[in-house]
Amino acid sequence: MAEVVDVTGEHWRPVQPGLLRMRRLLLALWLTPLVLAGALLPPLLGAGALAALGLVPLALGLWGWRALGRNWRSWRYRERDDDLLISRGVLWRQLTVVPYGRMQLVEVTSGPFERKFGLARLQLHTAAAATDATIPGLTPPDAERLRDRLTELGEARSAGL
Amino acid sequence: MSGTAAGTADPSGPVEGFPEGRGKRLHPLTPWRRAWAWLAGLFAIGVQNAQNVRSWSGSFGVGWLLAALAAVVLCAAGYGWLSWRATRYLVTDTELRIRTGLVFRRTAHLRLDRIQAVDITRPLVARALGVAKLKMDVVGSGSDDELAFLDEREARDLRAELLARAAGIAPEAAPTAGEAPANALFTVDSATLVKALALLGSSWGVTLTGVVLTPLIWVGTSSVFAAIMVLVPMLATIWRGGLGSFLTQYGWTVSESPDGLRLDHGLLQRDHATVPPGRVQSVRVVEPLLWRPRGWVRVELAVAGAGNEGGLLLPVAPRPVAAALIARILPDVDLDKAMAAVRPAPDRARWAVPVWRRGYGYGVTDAVFVARRGRLRREHTLVPHAKVQSVRLTRGPWAQRLGLADIHVDHGANGTATARLQDAAYAASEVAAQATRSRLGRRTAAPERWLTGGR
Repeated sequence: MAEVVDVTGEHWRPVQPGLLRMRRLLLALWLTPLVLAGALLPPLLGAGALAALGLVPLALGLWGWRALGRNWRSWRYRERDDDLLISRGVLWRQLTVVPYGRMQLVEVTSGPFERKFGLARLQLHTAAAATDATIPGLTPPDAERLRDRLTELGEARSAGL
Repeated sequence: MSGTAAGTADPSGPVEGFPEGRGKRLHPLTPWRRAWAWLAGLFAIGVQNAQNVRSWSGSFGVGWLLAALAAVVLCAAGYGWLSWRATRYLVTDTELRIRTGLVFRRTAHLRLDRIQAVDITRPLVARALGVAKLKMDVVGSGSDDELAFLDEREARDLRAELLARAAGIAPEAAPTAGEAPANALFTVDSATLVKALALLGSSWGVTLTGVVLTPLIWVGTSSVFAAIMVLVPMLATIWRGGLGSFLTQYGWTVSESPDGLRLDHGLLQRDHATVPPGRVQSVRVVEPLLWRPRGWVRVELAVAGAGNEGGLLLPVAPRPVAAALIARILPDVDLDKAMAAVRPAPDRARWAVPVWRRGYGYGVTDAVFVARRGRLRREHTLVPHAKVQSVRLTRGPWAQRLGLADIHVDHGANGTATARLQDAAYAASEVAAQATRSRLGRRTAAPERWLTGGR
């Protein structure tokens, strides 16, 4: 059972690097206007010293850049014979175990940004709403393969409530 | 996979499976249940604006005013009658179908094999009129899916028929199978109930706060209104904890029948719930501080589909009685063994949660997962392995420092049993083991159609 603690083993699969790129791009898109506004507006309005305000979103951005990297590295999933394991989080770590037989619904979604980066997100629903089993950053073929496999296994081991 | 999609609404015109003239109507008194609220509202407005009413009646004349009132009442009655006519229900071999709605038509098909519980409610006025509300709980069913009101006898027959069909009795025999005989297991006597409610610390705390706080606020703000604003929610809490609880929990009887567990209770409003076997997702045993010397416990159960308000199984009972009852609902579960299996959080957890850490605990037997929490008011949550939907392990930053982790076990009644602050390595291996146990536990679970053994 020790393999569950150690999430670096070969059975654990990481999520796509595209997810990290997308999240970093989104971060940059949100923060660049703020940095620019903070740095440029005060000199234009005649209060040059306040240009340092631009540093706040910049620092936030740098921290976010690193945090996203760490968070991305923490995402791991593993398909075992009878259940799916998902591990994630750095500060708040979470490991979710969902037996295939308990799955009520498998959902694959892909938003406009995710499609641009060739990503898809897979979500499992069980009869318990608290089950939080989502894998972001799969390639669409991978997501579809996983969805089909999970559905098949779920049917074979179906247990309901 | 239709466990969650039990109540399906079809808004379009003529509905399949509902041929004209088939299905039964509700009790003819039904329209009045909404009409009286209207009339009361109108009356309240009238009283509040007594001045205006007087001036209107001066300018229009009393006759016109009464005529307008009569018109409103007629319209309301007409609407009520029409919507009553549009509402029908039908029991088929596999489903209970309910069609409602005059303008927006809605048909709910509730699958009998997904039945989680059947509730019959008789509010005070309904009792006087001999009618009752019936609700069949499936996952996702709401207040729209209750049949209100039915004739009392009809409600009982319908319940018997629904349960007989769900249990797998042959379709021809089901309508006449009648009610399965019930065998009373335990009745809570009123004296114990009163004592138990009086020994609950929470309502006394609120009462005390109310008695102290209200005058303080009154004096402090010199506004009666502010004081009342504080007092009202407190009064509501006191009511819920005290007299209100007494009224709903009065005469609490638990009985057993082949259809499952039966709960009857209530002084003014009589409630009844039948929970078929194998539907209980989790059981919670609560021991408030002042009950412990007497060995009393409260038992709550979680059933998917929200029936049986508050999920009470026993408002108060001696522990051996509770243990015997739990053993009947969840076979192979020994309450004492389960409680003994609980191991407390490690000592270093005191750095995360200083005093209350002693309350947290976790244990496993062959049949259930047990999570304990609470120092003064001790709670044990029992989830049978077969009912576990997913297992989670979470660790916050501080818990990681201390090498601790929380184990969450999610069950099908939309609840979670959490064992906090366990040793991280142990918790990780337990999470993996729990997933295996829940998978294996399912194999020995009772069949869905409990009398004939079909799934």
